[in-house]
Amino acid sequence: MDVAIVKYNAGNICSVDYALRRLGITPVITDVPEQLKAADKVIFPGVGEAQNTMEFLKRKGLDRLIKELDQPVLGICLGMQLMCSYSEEGDVDCLGIFDVPVKRFLPQRHEDKVPHMGWNTITNLSSPLFSGDLENQYTYFVHSYYVPVNACTSATTHYIHPFSAALHRDNFYATQFHPEKSGAVGEHILENFLKIGCAR
Amino acid sequence: MDVKDGKTVKGVNFVNFRNAGDPVALGAAYGRAGADELVYLDITASHEGRKTFTDLVKRIAENINIPFTVGGGIHELGDVERLLAAGADKVSVNSAAIRRPALIREIAANYGSQVCVVAIDADYINGQWVCFLNGGRVPTDKLLFDWAAEAESLGAGEILFTSMAHDGVKNGYANEALAELSSRLHIPVIASGGAGKKEHFRDAFKVGRADAALAASVFHFGEIGIADLKSYLRQEGIDVRI
Repeated sequence: MDVAIVKYNAGNICSVDYALRRLGITPVITDVPEQLKAADKVIFPGVGEAQNTMEFLKRKGLDRLIKELDQPVLGICLGMQLMCSYSEEGDVDCLGIFDVPVKRFLPQRHEDKVPHMGWNTITNLSSPLFSGDLENQYTYFVHSYYVPVNACTSATTHYIHPFSAALHRDNFYATQFHPEKSGAVGEHILENFLKIGCAR
Repeated sequence: MDVKDGKTVKGVNFVNFRNAGDPVALGAAYGRAGADELVYLDITASHEGRKTFTDLVKRIAENINIPFTVGGGIHELGDVERLLAAGADKVSVNSAAIRRPALIREIAANYGSQVCVVAIDADYINGQWVCFLNGGRVPTDKLLFDWAAEAESLGAGEILFTSMAHDGVKNGYANEALAELSSRLHIPVIASGGAGKKEHFRDAFKVGRADAALAASVFHFGEIGIADLKSYLRQEGIDVRI
């Protein structure tokens, strides 16, 4: 199976690369449109800042390309946020794959620390990403912005308030948490993504 | 895990070292046992040792599936870039940030606050918590609560506080100072130094209001099992991943 990781100025590309290698997959890390289009699966990782990253994607023409991919695509963390319609981080329009805006966490109490960093349970699971018994399992989050619960939410979690831990629409999948850093549970989720059939 | 020349060692009151195994194997074992995060501290001073440590960071990233922080010998942004490129999730800065606080701002601006852990070694001297440089060898004029607040304002994502007097003694964490830190800061505080039994972890969370607790020797020498510790903490009403 050919798995492509979208190459851009993101922080966690090598972590995703290593995680796939631990599962026996050697991905190609590329920003070449033909290679991305030809892959069986595409992973769109991300650690960074929304506005700069969107500018980078536009310069490379990757914004349109990602939207038009028809194989299973997995966005991770900032990757998921960039797949939404708009982000409060840098007040920037994003790819619009998921019709929902990305909002900044507003602490309600002293204990509500931002960025949200740590392990949280995922619930209300409804996506092939979560096949197997993963309800209430812990995954690892690092983020200051969140996606509200919406029609595309395929997993929820709770920090300060409920929000989307994962999204799914058509061939597009996304997780706010980092499966590549979420221990055995994360590996299970990545394996599930690799098993998703390709409709085209 | 303190790492010297590619091996894990643990300081007892920052002085005597006992060998505690291979960093990658030990980290992988801790990951399987249920550790939520690992911290690797390079205590090698030489240039040669730094290269060894960078290679080790890459091997850790390849083999371990939970987040890990690396620290030691980080003086400038180039060191941060080198360690993040090798696969570290976070970097921990200590002496270099005290000498040049702007380093914290540079790291946060380039890689985000979530990458930047500020480690503070402090000792309670004449009624004040004094921050130390160089692994606890050199006192400074910085005081713990002021320096931690300054680090937060510069963009630190977490504070890793080690009480030098508690470290290695296994008599519990410095809970009063932790509670004061937690009440003053708006970023997570990691308790370090003093774990000897399960109750100490509970107290770091309940009394010290810490967001996380770090320990080394009690785990390295098998005195406390991570799974056992976590089920105890959950019974005590502390929300932990099991």
